Amino acid sequence: KKSRHSTLNHLSFEGVWPLPQAFTSSTERYPLNPQAFYFGYGKQSAAQQGCSVLDTAFKRYFSLIFPDYSSVDQWAFVDKPFLVEVSVDQDDCESYPQEDSSEKYNLSVCEGKASLKAETVWGAVRGLETFSQMVYQDDFGSYFVNKTEIEDFPRFQFRGILLDTSRHYLPVQAILKTLDAMAYSKFNVFHWHIVDDPSFPYQSSTFPDLSSKGAFHPMTHIYTQSDVRRVISYARLQGIRVLPEFDSPGHTKSWGKGQSDLLTPCYRGSTPSGTFGPVNPVLPSTYQFMEKLFKEVSSVFPDSYIHLGGDEVNFSCWKSNPDVRAFMQKMGFGADFTKLEAFYIENIVNITSALNKTSIVWQDVFDYHEKIPEDTVLHIWKGLPEVYQTELSRITKAGKRVLLAAPWYINHISYGQDWRNYYTVQPQNFSGTEEQKKLVIGGEVCMWGEYVDATNLNPRLWPRASAAAERLWSDEKQTSSVDSAFPRLQDFRCKLVRRGIQAEPLYVGHCKHEYQGV
Amino acid sequence: ISYIILKLYYRSHLELREITNIFYISLTAPDAQASKFGSLWPLPQKVQISEVSFKLTSSSFKIVDAKESSAGPSCSLLQDAYRRYYEYMFGSTKKLGLSKSRRTGPSELTELQVWITSPDSECDDYPSVTSDESYELSVDLPFAVLKAPKVWGALHGLETFSQLLYEDEYGAKSVNATTISDFPRFAHRGILLDSSRHFLPIKVILANLETMAMNKFNVFHWHIVDDQSFPYLSRTFPQLSQQGAYHPYTHVYTPADVKMVIEFARLRGIRVIPEFDTPGHTQSWGKGQKDLLTPCYSGSKPSGTFGPINPILNTTYDFMNQFFKEISTVFPDAYVHLGGDEVDFTCWRSNPDIQLQQTGIILHPKVCFSFIVKLLDIVTTTNKGYMIWQEVFDNGVKLKPDTLIHVWKGNQEQYQNEMANVTSSGYQTLLSTPWYLNRISYGQDWHGYYKADPQDFKGTEEQKKLVIGGEACLWGEYVDATNLTPRLWPRASAVAERLWSAKDVTDINDAFNRLSMHRCRMVERGIPAEPLFSSYCPREYKGI
Repeated sequence: KKSRHSTLNHLSFEGVWPLPQAFTSSTERYPLNPQAFYFGYGKQSAAQQGCSVLDTAFKRYFSLIFPDYSSVDQWAFVDKPFLVEVSVDQDDCESYPQEDSSEKYNLSVCEGKASLKAETVWGAVRGLETFSQMVYQDDFGSYFVNKTEIEDFPRFQFRGILLDTSRHYLPVQAILKTLDAMAYSKFNVFHWHIVDDPSFPYQSSTFPDLSSKGAFHPMTHIYTQSDVRRVISYARLQGIRVLPEFDSPGHTKSWGKGQSDLLTPCYRGSTPSGTFGPVNPVLPSTYQFMEKLFKEVSSVFPDSYIHLGGDEVNFSCWKSNPDVRAFMQKMGFGADFTKLEAFYIENIVNITSALNKTSIVWQDVFDYHEKIPEDTVLHIWKGLPEVYQTELSRITKAGKRVLLAAPWYINHISYGQDWRNYYTVQPQNFSGTEEQKKLVIGGEVCMWGEYVDATNLNPRLWPRASAAAERLWSDEKQTSSVDSAFPRLQDFRCKLVRRGIQAEPLYVGHCKHEYQGV
Repeated sequence: ISYIILKLYYRSHLELREITNIFYISLTAPDAQASKFGSLWPLPQKVQISEVSFKLTSSSFKIVDAKESSAGPSCSLLQDAYRRYYEYMFGSTKKLGLSKSRRTGPSELTELQVWITSPDSECDDYPSVTSDESYELSVDLPFAVLKAPKVWGALHGLETFSQLLYEDEYGAKSVNATTISDFPRFAHRGILLDSSRHFLPIKVILANLETMAMNKFNVFHWHIVDDQSFPYLSRTFPQLSQQGAYHPYTHVYTPADVKMVIEFARLRGIRVIPEFDTPGHTQSWGKGQKDLLTPCYSGSKPSGTFGPINPILNTTYDFMNQFFKEISTVFPDAYVHLGGDEVDFTCWRSNPDIQLQQTGIILHPKVCFSFIVKLLDIVTTTNKGYMIWQEVFDNGVKLKPDTLIHVWKGNQEQYQNEMANVTSSGYQTLLSTPWYLNRISYGQDWHGYYKADPQDFKGTEEQKKLVIGGEACLWGEYVDATNLTPRLWPRASAVAERLWSAKDVTDINDAFNRLSMHRCRMVERGIPAEPLFSSYCPREYKGI
C-alpha cells in the first residue's frame, strides 16, 4: 500500500511521527489559508457540533496548524476554502477512552478538503494530530498540505508514560504539558505513579492525613481532588487514559506518616526498633483501610484499570516482627515470606476486583505468585533484553497479558543518542506462539523521579520518549531502520519545540524556530 | 557488573550508597541535617555565624553606599547590583513605601552598607585575571557592612549576604549575626558554552551569566564558532556568518548582541573570553571565506572537501590579521582563546602544494607549528594575551611566557601529568578535563566534579601557583536552549565551590546539604536548576 517518493522535499507522511500504518502521498500540494480553513462534522457523523472532545480538538489543532496566525490583515486574500470534515461512527463524546477504544482512522486529503473518518472520537483525535503534522510552511510562510491517503491504527493498545510525583512533586502545569506532548506522539495512557516512599501528594477525601502528614508540604505539594479531576478531564480530551498507581505493600513509607498502624513495625531483637517496613499484612485494619482507600480511588479515577504496584518488597522487617511470624505460623506459610506477600496481594486484588477494576501489577507479583486472577496484567520492568524476553515468554505462556517497560527506563541517562536503543526494541521478539505474542498489550516509558522535577522533566522526556512512541504505534517492518528514523525524528523534535515543548536536540543542528525560554 | 545488578534489583535504580546514605538523609526533615553554614555556596574562606538573629523587612531594608566608599551613586554597576539583590531577597515587591512610617523593631536589620575601600573602585573597568575579588562582610546591628577593595569583591559579598537570609517559621526574613572574610582560591573560574553546535539565543546566555554570578564564576569562555556554524557576525567579514551560520538572521550574534553580553557580564564581575578555534574546527569559516580552508585531494585531484585552514597561503595570514584585529577591539578582555586542538593532518597530507612546502619531508605537525606561530604573532600585535588548548603546548610550539595552557585531555593520571609538565615548563595553566559537564550519566555525578582538584599533581609549590583555575565545559552536541540550564546547574556549582573555596572544603555530606538549598535558591530565582536527588523545594520551578 505504501508508495515512497523519497526524492521529494516535502512528503506529508514522512513528517508524521509516529509513522502511519499505510499511506500514499503525492507532490500535488494545496495551499491552506487560515482565513478560509474550517473544521466540520460530516453529515453521516454520529458526533455533531457540541461534541466536547472534537470541538476542543478543532480549537487546539487550529493553533497548532497555523502557529504564525495572528493578524487578520496578513491573510487578506481569501481564496479557496479548505475543509477538514470529520465523521465518526459512535457518539462517544462524553465518555472516557478505554483499553478497547478504537483509535483507527482514515484520512484523505484532496483539493479543498480533507476527510477524516474514524470509529470513535479518539480515532478522530489521532487523525487530527496526523493532519496537523502534515501541514508545512514554505520559505515565505505560506501553509501547504499534500494530496495524501492514510489508513492508520496503533500496533499496540497500551502506549503509556509513567510520571513519578512522589520522589519529586510535579506541579499540575508540568503534568498537563506532558499530556499535550503525549498526544503529539500518540501516547494514550498516563500512568500516574502518584505516591511512593518519599511523599504522598494525593489528597484523599477519606484519609486527609495521608497527604497532610505524608506530602513534602501539606498545602503546596499536594494534588487536591480538583487537581486530579483537572488532569483526568484534560487527558480525556486528548484521548489519554489516566492509570493511577497506589503501590503497596512496599514503597509505602510516606503512607505511614498519616495512617498509624498501617506499616509493619520493625524489631531489633525483641523490641521495636522505631523504624517501619512494608504495609502490615497481618492486621484486619490494614484491609479495612485499603478497602476504603481503593473505593475512593476507584470512584475518582474513571479508568477500568488500576495499578497496584507490588514490587520490591523487602522481607527483613516482616521477618523481624514477632506478630508477623506468628501469623505465618498460623497460616502455615512456614518461612516463605513470598506466600505472605501473595496473601496480601490477593486480598488487595480482591478488593479492587469487587470495585470492578482490573489490576495491573509489577512482574514481581508473578514471580512469587502464579495464581493471580486471569485478567491481571503483568508489568515487566526488570533486566536486560535476554532477561525480559525470558520473562515475557514465561508470563505469556501462563496466559497472562503483559506490558513492557524494561527497555524504556528513560530516567536512565547516558551520553549520546540513547534514543536509538529505545527505538530498536522489539516487544514481541521472544520465544512463544502467536497467541502468546498477542498477550503483549503494549509498553510504557518510565520516568522515575529521583533526579527529575519540573526543572528538567520536559527535555529529559522529549524527544526520547517519542522513539518508543513510534515503536508502539507503527508497523515494525516499516520502521526497522533507526537511520531513516533519525532525520524524521529531528524534524519532529523541531515541531515539538515550535509547539512550546522543551524537547532536547538529538545531535548538532538547528531548528528554524528555536526554543525561546531558558 | 554492578550496573546490571542494580538494574535487576532496584526498580527505581537507587545507587546502593545512596540508599544507605543520602536517601535516608533526604527523607528526614530538611532542617534536621542542615549545614552549620546554612545555604552558603561556594563556602567562604572564613565564616563565623552566631546564634543571634535579626529580622529584615522589604519595607525598611536598604542597601546603600557607605559614606567612606570610593564608589558613589554614579557607580551604576553597584546600584544595579543593589537592586538585583534586593529583588532576590524580597522578590520584586511592590509593597515599597507602604509602611514607611512604621517603627523598626529592636532586632531589625535595616541597612547593608557597601564600602569600597580602595581609592579606585574599578567601577567602570572590566574585570581581569588580576582583579581583587576579596571582601569582608559583617552582619550586626545597627547595620551590616560589606567592605571590599574593589567593586568585584562587593558583587561577591552581595551574593553572600543574600545567601545568609532565611525564612523563620513565620516566613519572616531573618539573618544571623555573621562575620565573613572571603576571597577566591583561584583567579580563573570559568564556564564554557558552545554556540556553534547549537545556536544559543541571547536570553539563554544572559540567564546563565546571571547564574554564574550566583556561583561566583568569573569567566564566560564563549566557544562561539566551530565546524558546525559561524554565528558571530563580523563587521569586517560579514559573509562569514552570512554563509556560515545556521541562518544568517535568526541564528547570529550581531555586534549589538555581543556588546550586550559583555556588558551584562561586566556588571556581574564576569569576563568574556571569546574562542576562535583554528586551524582545525573551522569548516563553517570556509563557507564565507574563499581559499581559507585547505582543499583535500584524493590522489591527484581535489576531492571537493576541505580540511583545516590553509597554512601556506599569504591570504590566510592577511585574513587572520584583519579578523583578529576586529576581535581585539570587540572583546575587551586581555585574553583571547585561540583553540589549536584536534587538528586532523590527513587533508594537509593529501594536498600537493603543502607537500611541496614541506620539502619532501612529511612532518605535518610542523605545518601546524608554523601556522600557530604566525597566528600567535598576529594576536600579539593586537596586544592580547592568549589561551590555547594543550595540544599546542604538547607539540612544542614556542609560546609567550604569559600564555595560558588549557588542559582538557585524558584520564586523571594523564591530566595530572600534563599539569605537572606544563607548570614545570613555567606556563600558567587551567584545568577542564574532569569538568566536561556535557558528558552525562545516571546519578549524582556532581560528586566526581566536586572531588577533582586542579592542584592535585606532582609538583613544587611554585608549580602549583601556576594553576590559575579551571573551567566547566558544556559542549553543544546534545545541548541547546531546551536543556542547557538544567544540565549545567547545579552540576557546575560543584566546580564553582572547588575553584572558590579553600582546598580543605571537601565534606561531601555537608556539601550535599548546602548544595540542595543552593539549588532551591536558584530555582526560586527562576533558574531551572535540576534536583540532586529525591527532595523538594519550598517553591518549585514555575516556568513551565
